[in-house]
Formats: sequence, structure tokens, C-alpha cells
Amino acid sequence: MEPLTSKKKVLEQKPLTFAERMYLPAITKGLSITISHFFKKEATIRYPEVEREFSTNFRGMHSLKRDENGKERCTACGLCALSCPAEAITMIAAERKPEEKDLYREEKYASVYEINMLRCIFCGLCEEACPKEAIYLDGPIVPSDYLRKDFIYGKDKLVEAPLVQK
Amino acid sequence: MDITFVLEKFILVAIIFGISLVIAMYSTYAERKVAAFLQDRLGPDRAGPAGMFQPLADGLKMFMKEEIIPTNSNKWLFMVGPGLAMLTACIGTAVIPWGSPIVFDGRIIPLQVTDINVGILYIFGVVSLGVYGVMIGGWASNNKYSLLSAIRAASQNISYEIAMGLSIIALLLVTGTMSLKEVVEQQHGWHWNVLYQPLGFIIFIVCSFAETNRAPFDLPECETELIGGYHTEYSSMKLGFYLFAEYINMFVSSAVMAALYFGGYNYPGMDWVLVHAGTVIAPLIGAGVFFAKIFAFIFFFMWVRWTIPRFRYDQLMHLGWKMLTPLAIANIIITGIVIALIEKF
Repeated sequence: MEPLTSKKKVLEQKPLTFAERMYLPAITKGLSITISHFFKKEATIRYPEVEREFSTNFRGMHSLKRDENGKERCTACGLCALSCPAEAITMIAAERKPEEKDLYREEKYASVYEINMLRCIFCGLCEEACPKEAIYLDGPIVPSDYLRKDFIYGKDKLVEAPLVQK
Repeated sequence: MDITFVLEKFILVAIIFGISLVIAMYSTYAERKVAAFLQDRLGPDRAGPAGMFQPLADGLKMFMKEEIIPTNSNKWLFMVGPGLAMLTACIGTAVIPWGSPIVFDGRIIPLQVTDINVGILYIFGVVSLGVYGVMIGGWASNNKYSLLSAIRAASQNISYEIAMGLSIIALLLVTGTMSLKEVVEQQHGWHWNVLYQPLGFIIFIVCSFAETNRAPFDLPECETELIGGYHTEYSSMKLGFYLFAEYINMFVSSAVMAALYFGGYNYPGMDWVLVHAGTVIAPLIGAGVFFAKIFAFIFFFMWVRWTIPRFRYDQLMHLGWKMLTPLAIANIIITGIVIALIEKF
């Protein structure tokens, strides 16, 4: 058969030299390599206590943002749910009552906003679709859990902590 | 024989038994830590500070596991196997001198269970018995892999015992005694036998790797070929006994190497310490030095395990019969000639 590439390496099967047959020189060489690793810094990161530094464009858990007055930005337009390729987002819209004026920025808001974290693929399309800059994937890694129902995150877990009153 | 003598020996036996079990236990931990450090990892660090309680957790796990005895196995031998492996591993410690005698209140307490005049021969006998645990376990399992492993273990041990015995003969020519205590006493201060018998020591250490079934000679229990070898069918604490026996074997052979070639409890400047620290503390310091040497050897065992890949079986036999045995014989001849010349001139 014609060789497929022009690269060709002829391997010679030479008999072992005396030093090679003794094994000991090779063994001492190997031992010195491993002992040099004994004193090197470990690559391990003790995960739950120490976290690896993420890159700036890392996409983690979602958070629903508030504006500068501490009002929720989301207006429940549903564009995020529409853009979501994994169909992980569901929401129920509601109309704002007059006394809820400092809770929600727009007249329409999401009374229920749920993301199924098992479906989410963290693509960031919801973030791109949002016209109100209300959702960002800037959180930590979504923690593990035991039950499927515990992975459906509601507003209690998603909405940003309220602003501290001064 | 007075009652204090019996009591003294009983306490010593209990202490040594306890120490060898604890060391075997923590060898499993040390093995994982050393492996981790050699591979730029951390190793177990969750159970207790720096993972110190990991062996306890492992032991507890072993006890809690389901005990399975295969239907077609020879049940009696199946149960005898691990016990025998453990027994032969433990009785080797009886003749090892752990330290020079403690003189306390006019009473001499030797830190050695028994000083028989054929101590080296006794160690040899015990080490050769060690293969029975593996063989009986492998045979009784009624599993082809286990049987293959048992056959491998038997032939490997027989092959390397010859070279080991021959390397010891050269040592006997130098020391002129078979009592381990006298061998150690002769190496007082800096006169360690490894300086007189370097080749014999290399042969001995290679053979003890083979005898303890440690890498690179762990063919009886290679996971890739024999799915664990002789302990394939074992579970629960029976498996634990086999793994434990391996570590005790490692401890005993480290102790024997330290005693025969590296001066046992001797260290430079020990006479000065004896004068200044008294006859109770000084022997204990000596025992501490002995244990430091043993730990160094155990570390070396682990270091080699995580460096060198396993030998092929024909390479193993080639190394044992065609290289180590002739080398050991040559070592005897050279040693004999040198001793004869020294005596003549």
C-alpha cells in the first residue's frame, strides 16, 4: 500500500543494552522524576471550601435583578421563556396593584417565575432576549440536590436580595 | 521462669502486635497520601484533620460490608485463608530486636520478644509460609482468576526466595551469626552492613518487593489481568484481612531490612546519648530511630509502587532466575574471597 503521508519513521528494534537490561538506571531515573513531583504544588482545589476563579463570562445560576430603587425589573413579557431552547422557564404574569408600586418597576410583573435547573443548559439566551435587563446568569454553580422538584427554582431563590434600607 | 518474666513478655507482645496493626492501618492512609503527593494531588483529607481518621472509616466500612461466601467454594479453607495470611504476617515480628535492653531498677528488659539463635532462618520460614494464605485463599475460591493468581504467587515467591536466601548467605559470611540481635549489635554506631554488602542489599530489597507482592511485582493481584487475583471472591473483613496482611508484611520486611542492613536501632552518637539520657530513655530513642528507618523503607516501598509499572510474567521469571540468582551467587563468592584474604593478611 502507498503510504498516506510523506512522514515516515523507521523504528529499529535494537536489542537492549546492558544498562537497559539491568533496569536499575531507568528505575532510579523514574524515582527521581516522581520524587520531584512530591514537592510540587498540588493542583487540587478543595471545592466546597475553595472555589476556582471563574472567567468573567462564566454563566452560572440566574438572578432576577432589581433596579436602583430596589424594584424588580422583570415585566413578565415572556421573551426569555420564548427564547429558551430548553424550555426551562415558565412564568405567570400579574397586574401591579397601586400599593405595590415600590415593589415592581413596571405595571405588569411576574407573580410566579420558575426555572427548571435540570432543563437549563446555561446558554445565556434569556439574558440576551431580556429587554429590561432583568435576568443575568451571574450566580454561582447550581448546587446539587436529591429530588427533581427541588431543582425547580422559584422567585424565592432567583430574585436578588433587596437593597439595604438606609 | 518467674511471673514477671511472663508478664513482661506478654506486655511486649501486646505492644508489638498493637503497633504493627496500627502501622498497617496507617500504611493504607500513607499509601494514598504518598500516591497523591507523587501525582500532584492531595489524597484523602475529609475524615478528620488532614484525613487522619480515614483508616478508621475504611475499617468500619470493611466490617459493615456484606459477607459473601461463594456457593461452590471450599468453605472451610475459604475462611482459613485470610486468617493464615494475617497470622503469618504477624508472627514475623517476634524475633526482631526493637531496641537495646532497658535497664530499669537493676532489671534488664530486652526489647525483643525472643532472641532465638536462628532468627534470620525463622524470618525466612515465616515469610515462605506467607504464600500459603494466598494459595489457600485462591484455591478455595473456586475461581479461575483466583487460582491463576495463587499459582503466580507461589511460583513468584519460590523463585525470589532463592535469590533472597543467597543474598543472606553473603551477609552471614560477614556477620558470622544468625541471631538478629547479634547482627544488630555488630552494627554499632556506623558499621552498617549495607556498607559491606551493597550488592547483597540491592538483591535483598528487590526480593522483598517480590515476596510482599508489591509493585512492580504485584502480579498475583494485578487488577487488569486477574481482576484482583486471589481476593476476587472475598468481601467484607476477609478481604480486609488480606489487604491488611499485605501491609503488615511490608512493615515486617522493612523492619528486617532495617535490622539486617541499616543497623537496626543503632545510630551515630548513641554512646553519648546512653551516658546522658540514662538506660531507660536511650533504648527508647534507639527504638524510635529504628522505627524512623522502618518508615523510610515503607515510604520507599510506596514510592517505587507509584513509579514503576508492573513487570510482565516472563520478565519477572527472567529477572529472578537469570539475573538475581547468579548475582547473589557471585556476591557470595566475592564476599568469601575478600573475607579469606582479610583473614590471611
